[in-house]
Amino acid sequence: MARLVTGEVAEDRGGPEGGGPEGAAPEGGGPDRAMPEIAAPDRAASPGRAVGARWSARGGVTGRLSRVRWWRAAILGVVGIYLLGPLVSALWFTVYNPRLREFSLAPYGQLFGASGFPASVRMTFLLALTTIALEFALLVPAMVAIRLRLPRLRGVVESIAMVPLVVSPVALTAGVSSVLGWGLNDQGSWIFRLDADLQSQSFPLILPFVYAILALPFAFRALDAGLRAVDLKILVEASRGLGASWPIVLWRVLLPNLRAGMLSGAVLTLALVFGEYTVASILGFVPFAVWIVQDGQGSGQLPIAVSLLSLLLSWAVLFLVSFLGGRRAAAVTDRSS
Amino acid sequence: MPAAGLELSALRRCYGAVRALDGLELALAPGELVALLGPSGCGKTTALRIVAGFERPDAGAVRLDGADITPLSAAKRDMGMVFQSYSLFPHLTAAQNVAFGLRLRKTAAPARAARAEELLELVGIGGHGARYPHQLSGGQQQRVALARALAIRPKVLLLDEPLSALDAQVRLQLRDEIRRVQLDLGITTLFVTHDQEEALSIADRVAVMRSGRLEQCAAPAQLYQRPATAFVAQFVGTMNRVRGTMVDTDLVEVAGHRLPVDGERPVPGTKVEVLLRPEAVGLEAVPARAAADPAVGTVRTATFLGAITRIAVVLEDGTQVKADLPSHRASEFPAAGRARLVPAARPVLVIEP
Ligand SMILES: Nc1ncnc2c1ncn2[C@@H]1O[C@H](COP(=O)(O)OP(=O)(O)O)[C@@H](O)[C@H]1O
Ligand SMILES: [Mg+2]
Repeated sequence: MARLVTGEVAEDRGGPEGGGPEGAAPEGGGPDRAMPEIAAPDRAASPGRAVGARWSARGGVTGRLSRVRWWRAAILGVVGIYLLGPLVSALWFTVYNPRLREFSLAPYGQLFGASGFPASVRMTFLLALTTIALEFALLVPAMVAIRLRLPRLRGVVESIAMVPLVVSPVALTAGVSSVLGWGLNDQGSWIFRLDADLQSQSFPLILPFVYAILALPFAFRALDAGLRAVDLKILVEASRGLGASWPIVLWRVLLPNLRAGMLSGAVLTLALVFGEYTVASILGFVPFAVWIVQDGQGSGQLPIAVSLLSLLLSWAVLFLVSFLGGRRAAAVTDRSS
Repeated sequence: MPAAGLELSALRRCYGAVRALDGLELALAPGELVALLGPSGCGKTTALRIVAGFERPDAGAVRLDGADITPLSAAKRDMGMVFQSYSLFPHLTAAQNVAFGLRLRKTAAPARAARAEELLELVGIGGHGARYPHQLSGGQQQRVALARALAIRPKVLLLDEPLSALDAQVRLQLRDEIRRVQLDLGITTLFVTHDQEEALSIADRVAVMRSGRLEQCAAPAQLYQRPATAFVAQFVGTMNRVRGTMVDTDLVEVAGHRLPVDGERPVPGTKVEVLLRPEAVGLEAVPARAAADPAVGTVRTATFLGAITRIAVVLEDGTQVKADLPSHRASEFPAAGRARLVPAARPVLVIEP
């Protein structure tokens, strides 16, 4: 009898105004067949149209659930193929040689000997680090000052920080190269030397400046989220009251509490710099992304292997950071509860 | 360390058109706990932040043992501050929080740890030093904040409504403990609160503020029994306002009784409001069909408070009056019964409405 009650409850949820058995039966018709071994004994135990129909209604609920699961699996499958398909094919392409019909990790071995690879990776890493340092040197004091002293300016600064999203990198680069052109008229002047340094092939200092602008929206968002998680004003006042100078407040109190936001900002910037092609290539430098494209024309499996490797590398960094940052953020949210 | 005297003189601070402080004067004797009491928005926090150095006054001075410290930055004032909201450093343990100020003062690590443990012990949470703030309850966090403020041996302790974020039971307990620690250390303390009961129970003297000025600063009992102004009288404790008339230069007639007037004295003939404490109002039962009398009203509620019962009576003209009676007499005044006010023959304050 207890199961009968369960059936009634399920029917009520399905739609009480539906008028009971007649309303529920057709809905449960299809999936009901999928579970005859449950429905049949009950029909036998307590015969009667109404009871049978109630069980049909319950079948309808289960049917809807299984339909949902089916859709979920289908969508997951399609998305999975879309996302993983290229990666798996790339991997297959780099390790399987159809002519010799054999597997080999050779392309990954060759990679480190490939001309220009170590230099481009090193340059990209340096560019990323410089960009991150520049970005934080710019953003952290500005955003802290806005939080503490000029909260009204926050909206303005946020909209300015979002501007790079709507300026195309090509347009930005065009502007940058015309500015870089100014210094080249007057050989020997300090402007000429500065200009030359900015465009040095081994470490083009101009790129971090451009990248810092491109990464501004992401870094701003990440830092802003980090700032929101702590009550900056009270932490600053507590430490000032205990006798901390401003540099100590920044170093011992602000930075440790902004770590999560800064880490995610750094990762986003790193990812951006590693994948950036347009600006570097137009300005004629060869960091990692440009190197892949340039050397990818002739040498078969190698560039694909490089791309895969760089992808794995970014994932590793991302996981590391979300692990470190996640723990920190959890600690901060716990406090407020 | 000998306790220091603190003096706030003629402090002024405006935020745009808002006068947060309008000539505040207050002096704390060494080792004294003064509660700064006033309604929300009267400038208490502003005053405390000026003393701490987080805020600059537009005019006036803060003196510590006679020395003007107004130009000093917060980092150089050696004051311990406990904030209203939780202010512990989330990335440091309780012990590290307490030791933070000592570390800045270059105290050696072992001495630092020992002092942190000693202070956590003092505020009643020894053994919790290794916990992070998010692992502590609100009350425990405020205890750590108190220990952190005291660790640097400040000359003055400043507390801005440190209990207002806590629930009632913890609040009472921590209130007593703050007082115990303060007496132990003999530290000059300014305790801001908007809760009059809290102020009266914790302080040596209570300073009542109104709109950025000091209304009265006196010991709790004096403040309650002899309030200097009508504002203080109404803000501290429960107060009835009953209509009366000045019948002489220093006599007011209220509910058929003539009482001596304290404080301001309007000219005879003036209609005034007389301020009466519930314990200064007696009641006598009246038969239901008595003649009309402005001093007679209907009993509305009786609130049992232990030894006394507070009875609310509504007079003919709508005025509500609360009277405290010994609980054994409460049965004489059932709800909807009639009762006559009998003010005790004591000096009263009057205000012109
Ligand atoms: N930073 C500020 N900017 C503008 N107005 C302020 C600021 N701080 C305080 N005020 C105003 O000054 C008055 C006194 O505030 P406050 O000292 O915080 O009062 P209390 O602590 O007694 O509640 C209030 O009217 C408040 O709105
Ligand atoms: Mg306040």
